[in-house]
Formats: sequence, structure tokens, C-alpha cells
Amino acid sequence: MGKTRVARTGNEAMAEAIRQINPDVVAAYPITPATEVMQIFATYVADGLVDTELVPTESEHSAMSAAIGSQVAGARTMTATSSQGLALMYEMLYIAAGLRLPLIMAEVNRALSAPINIHCDHSDTMGGRDAGWIQIFSENSQEAYDNLIQAVRIAEHKDVLLPIMVTTDGFIISHAMEAMEIYDDKDVRGFIGTYKPLLPALDHRNPITVGAIDFVDYYFEHRRAVAQAMINAKDVILEVGREFGRKFGQEYGFYEAYKLDDAEVAMVCLGSTAGTGKDAIDNLRKRGIKAGLLKIRVFRPFPAEELAARLRCVPQICVLDRSDALAATGGPLFAELLAAMYEDRSEHKIINRIYGLGGRDIKVGEIEELLSAQVSAAAGGKSIDRIAYLGVRE
Amino acid sequence: MKDIANNWKDLPVGGVIDEPGTAINYETGDWRTLRPVHNKEKCINCLACWVYCPDAAIMLKDGKVEGIDLKHCKGCGICAQECPPKVKAIKMVEEADFR
Repeated sequence: MGKTRVARTGNEAMAEAIRQINPDVVAAYPITPATEVMQIFATYVADGLVDTELVPTESEHSAMSAAIGSQVAGARTMTATSSQGLALMYEMLYIAAGLRLPLIMAEVNRALSAPINIHCDHSDTMGGRDAGWIQIFSENSQEAYDNLIQAVRIAEHKDVLLPIMVTTDGFIISHAMEAMEIYDDKDVRGFIGTYKPLLPALDHRNPITVGAIDFVDYYFEHRRAVAQAMINAKDVILEVGREFGRKFGQEYGFYEAYKLDDAEVAMVCLGSTAGTGKDAIDNLRKRGIKAGLLKIRVFRPFPAEELAARLRCVPQICVLDRSDALAATGGPLFAELLAAMYEDRSEHKIINRIYGLGGRDIKVGEIEELLSAQVSAAAGGKSIDRIAYLGVRE
Repeated sequence: MKDIANNWKDLPVGGVIDEPGTAINYETGDWRTLRPVHNKEKCINCLACWVYCPDAAIMLKDGKVEGIDLKHCKGCGICAQECPPKVKAIKMVEEADFR
């Protein structure tokens, strides 16, 4: 098993994964901060390093439409986007899932307008959370690369057949360079295998109709099948994560727990903030506060039972949301985690902080202060708000 | 519409229809509010209706218009519109008038 230690940005890491996957078709439209993924990949196409048909479209709606058409035809297809681009794909996202197409997307998280902003938050990805796409978040370039390789196997598994997006955090990961390991082409290609489409439309000996009208008679049954595919994805994600670990050294599951076993307070987050959080946890531990961290890797399907089980013994939980559902009830991760913990009998105090909108930095010190304030409030000290905004001028 | 499955698990993945020519099993004639009535005496068999019908509801026999497939005709009226003005062999009649 060959590995090469290199320095790569998140976008470079994702472009490298796409080169190694060597998809039949890539359809995309540029948008900051994901543009570079396709810009780099386009040079691979121009240099003849891949066999991919690259389709530059006139919009993201068209990019997703072209990707759907290509996948229906029987081609392994990928795309990349961010923010408004993902928003413009919105109606097609549901179609990709409903048609059960294992499309693969590199998604670079960025805030949504208005006001216009090109920096990181998770509002774009959260907008697609009920579309039937599997959603995997990455903490750094290494995870972005590893997740994208695993995404192929997860999406194309016969019990799943759902589209999948692997996300990085705009600029924080996408444009920041760090050390990582890349694997040999032959090992990656051996791991992902050859794509065998279930019912390729280009098989003229077996003609099919795709996207037929489906009224009250069978629509419900078809949607029930999509729901089952997402349920099935849980086992497949774990199975692929274990196999990846055996082959490449790093195993992946639904989440990563950091110093959680004896924690009296834990922060829960997605993406790059886990890196910042781990430093804060280390500092808090030095000060004698038993803090831990749970980084959620898989947001769709939401691993509710597993998260509840892992957090069962942690009395104080702080959910950090890098997007606001504008539901007047806190962020989306908070809502999902609360629901997951509801069945649990033990006593938890779960608070929510919405942070980092539009790329606002979250600092190690802010997390330390937040978690120590929660511990102090639990011990009868100054009380703190259940839901609030962290790092905003007020 | 005939039952194609008793269980959601038995349906083809992604709502794909995995055999050709199944539209004939899907009777859409009950969407109709206006029924085309074809007059064989007036008809000159130019087949303009057959060409323009967006379904395949104009039935032919030996190259001549035999009648309308009312199980699939949705009553759009294009056949009546395209029938030459001097012929006017198709008339659109309210479905209610047949009840």
C-alpha cells in the first residue's frame, strides 16, 4: 500500500480524489470557493490524465441536470459546487435522489446571500438536508480526500443507490494547505471498483423509461423506498469506513470522539471547528476541566441512536451550529441532537451556540470560555442562555 | 391502472419503468372534459388529426381513420382544430352530454 506525504489544500485534495476516481463524466459550473476543484480537475482533463468527459454548463441547475442525465445513461458522474450554486441545484437534488442515482458531489460550504458573502458557514449544505442526499462533513484536507473516495462505494452500494455530498469548509479547509497522505492510484481504483449501473438508459436491448409520472397510485411506495435507502446507508457507511481503515490505515465511522470518555462537558460540531475545538479541549483539561468533543462526520443519514449512546454519560453538552435554521429554536444540528437525546433517560443539559456565520472566525479562547461557563453554571454559578449567538457584536 | 406491485420493495428502483410500451396500460381518457366525435362520412382521411394528436389516440385501419381511442384521448381538441376548415369531420362535445 503506497502512501505519499504531501501538502495540499482542501480543494487540491478533492481534485486529487476526483482524478483518482476517474469518473466517466463531470458536469460543473464554477463558484467560489469550490471553483478551484474543477479548475484543477480541468487541467487533468486537458493533460489527458483522466478519461473523463468534462461538461462545462451555463449554470448549476444545468450542471446538476447534466449530471443526472449522464448518471441515468449509466456513467459514473461527479460535480462540485458551493453556496448559491447548491441553492440553484435545489430542485434537481431531489430528482437525483428520487431517481436513485449515485451521483458524487464535492461541496465546499459557504454562506448564502443576502448579504452576499463568499466565506464559510453550513447554510448551503443544510438547505439540502432533506433532499435525500447523504451528507458527510470533513475536518481537514485528509478527511475531504478520504471521504470522497469512500463516497463512491457508499453511493453505489446496491442497498443505497443515493447521491452523496462530501463537504469541506470554504477557505478554512478549501484554501488552507496542510500535510496529508495520498494513496497510490491503483489502490484507490482497486478500492472503488468499477461502476455497474443497475438500469443504464443507453442499454438499447433493455429499453427503460426514467422519470415517468407517478401520481397517487405509486409515488408513496417509491418515496418509501428512498427512505429505506437512507436507512440502509447507515450500515454501508460503517462497512465502507471499516474497509477503508483496513486498506489505508484510518478507519471512519459516524463521528469522532475526542477525550469524551470521562467528560463532564462536551462540544458537538461539524467540520473544521473540530480542529479548533480539540485545542480548546486540551487547554481546558490542563485547567482541570474535564472537557471533550464529538465531531459529527455523517449528518445524513443522521446517526441519532449512536450519538445518543455515545453522549449518554456526558451531563453538559454544547452544540455548535455553523448555520441558523431561522426556526426560532436554534440551529439545525441542535434540533437533531435534541431529538436524538430525547429518548435518553439520563439528565442532560444541552445548550446551543450559533457561530461563525459568513466565515466569522471561532477562536480557541471563545470555546474555552463557553465550555467553562457551562460547567460553572451547572455547578450553581452564573446561569447562561440555552440558545444564543457566539461571536456576534451585541 | 393494473397493480404492478403489492409492496414498495417489489418496485423497480428509482421509479424506472423497465419494459417498453406500457403507456397503453395507463388509461388517461378519464381526464377528458371534451370528447372528439369523428364523422366518417365527412372525413377525407388526410390524417392531419393522426399527425397532430399528441397522444396516439387516432385509430387507423388500412390507412383510414377508424375512430378515436377514448381510453387514452385527453380531449385536447387539437384533432378538431387541425381538421381542414372545409371538412370539419371532428367535433368536440361536452363529456357531460354523454351521461
